[in-house]
Amino acid sequence: MSLSVRLTHSFEDRRFDIAFDAPGGVTVLFGGSGSGKTTIVNAVAGLLRPEAGRIAVEDRVLFDSDTGTNLKPHKRRLGYIFQEGRLFPHLSVKQNLLYGRWFAPKSALPARLEDVVEMLGIGPLLTRRPSALSGGEKQRVAIGRALLASPELILADEPLAALDEARKAEILPYFERLRDEARVPILYVSHSAAEVARLATSVVVLQNGKVARQGPASEVLSDPSVAPMGVRSVGAVLEAHVRCHHNDGLSELNAGGVPLFLPRVSKDIGDLVRVRVAAQDVMLSRDRPVGLSALNIVPGTVASIRSGTGPGAIVSLDTAAGRILSRVTRRSVADLGLAPGVSCHAIIKTVSVSPQDVGG
Amino acid sequence: MMEWLSPEEQQAVLLSLRVAFWATIVSLPFGVFTAYALARWRFPGKQIVNGLVHLPLILPPVVTGYLLLITFGRRAPIGAALHEIGITFAFRWTGAALAAAIVAFPLMVRAMRLSIEAVDPKLEQAAGALGASRIWVFLTVTLPLILPGVLTGAILAFAKAMGEFGATITFVSNIPGQTQTLPSAIYAFLQVPGGESSALRLVGISVAIAMLALLASELLARRLARRISG
Repeated sequence: MSLSVRLTHSFEDRRFDIAFDAPGGVTVLFGGSGSGKTTIVNAVAGLLRPEAGRIAVEDRVLFDSDTGTNLKPHKRRLGYIFQEGRLFPHLSVKQNLLYGRWFAPKSALPARLEDVVEMLGIGPLLTRRPSALSGGEKQRVAIGRALLASPELILADEPLAALDEARKAEILPYFERLRDEARVPILYVSHSAAEVARLATSVVVLQNGKVARQGPASEVLSDPSVAPMGVRSVGAVLEAHVRCHHNDGLSELNAGGVPLFLPRVSKDIGDLVRVRVAAQDVMLSRDRPVGLSALNIVPGTVASIRSGTGPGAIVSLDTAAGRILSRVTRRSVADLGLAPGVSCHAIIKTVSVSPQDVGG
Repeated sequence: MMEWLSPEEQQAVLLSLRVAFWATIVSLPFGVFTAYALARWRFPGKQIVNGLVHLPLILPPVVTGYLLLITFGRRAPIGAALHEIGITFAFRWTGAALAAAIVAFPLMVRAMRLSIEAVDPKLEQAAGALGASRIWVFLTVTLPLILPGVLTGAILAFAKAMGEFGATITFVSNIPGQTQTLPSAIYAFLQVPGGESSALRLVGISVAIAMLALLASELLARRLARRISG
């Protein structure tokens, strides 16, 4: 199933003119405040009526200004995961989980409570009240509640923004499972590059009420042109398989034939992982460096160089492991004689990749 | 159990309990609806509705009673129409209940409105997003969360209805066994020589009922609040 959104809307002095399609998997809406994320989510949820446009999940029209269609929020069959969880305080965790099921049409293929509880690891919490849960537990229950409403689309509005780093790390894997196991598209609002890199199947970058860029995550995130749009820590996402775990605390990965050494990743051998490599953590060298402490040296050729008015430039490198970005100074670009087509080496310090940057 | 009261005193106490009970029960749904509308809806004339609801709180009770008399009296248009279909307020205990309900209504609505305003609309939004229509959102989320406030409003209204005097005596007079509520009876006893001891007993009962009502509301509200927040 897929979601298609076309809408124009004015709010205060802002003008939104937005069109994008979200295929299956996780589509991340990425952009600063005022870029239109909230407008889109509210329009899809039915909390805001756009001036014009059309919103449809597959061939089910939620809103169409031409035909005057505007389904009420409760008829839209959405699973909405809010930033603050919004669990019902007077119901137990189990009652919260089953809330949406009362209202789901009988024809809907219901997600099984046991499966969802198992997937989210919330079995021991079922009889508790939301007030007795931690922030991370609340958010897991909120995910389960959305899932059990048998939605045709899941909306997640910055679901991790209210959590600290440790809780984020606790929840992210559940979203990865949700992405891989739920067969419904997920529209996910975020302004965290790490979340985008780990979760996104495709990315829609919003700027000033317009779609500035959209496409598969690996393409958009490694496109240096999105850096000024607020993708602050621009970086590449490499897909790699776990080859083995060394007993000095490192894991060896295989990215398109290139070995990568990372701090121990909590995945099994053979598993596919996605590694986000921030552009600022990558150095460049024309010659293969020797006697260097960095473990990861990836040969490639320069695909493009972008620079703005500042002293920095972002160099994209095509390598066997995938596209890698490096943030260097314009002076270095000149000194090294970098230009498209020139071969060079990307150097990635092992310890610069934190566990948050590695996902399934 | 009330043999220490004279038949007349007993009658007044029982009548007052009946009047206050029905005044509270019948106005309860209207109270919840009005409180919800005032707390959540935006509609033209909202301030006027708000003012009308609160009017009995600030009007002299005798004015409220007189307005009731010229609206629901047997010769008034509405009163006559209702009399046709078998509902009579004038000089009946039902009239006392109506007067009590109207005077107690602002107290009931205020308590309920406060508790509705304390419910995070985002929770109601979440319920809607999960597929609940507005009425189901109200029944499964809003109502359980505002129960303590509803209860407080009801008990305040009950206590106020027990004590209503001015509007009642103006609207339905002071007929023993028919419209002579507890306060009317106290007033009547004080008008006759040697009535003080009867009046004093009724005053004691008044105080006891009011205290019990307040204690009960406090206890129930606390227990409900605990249940709701886990």
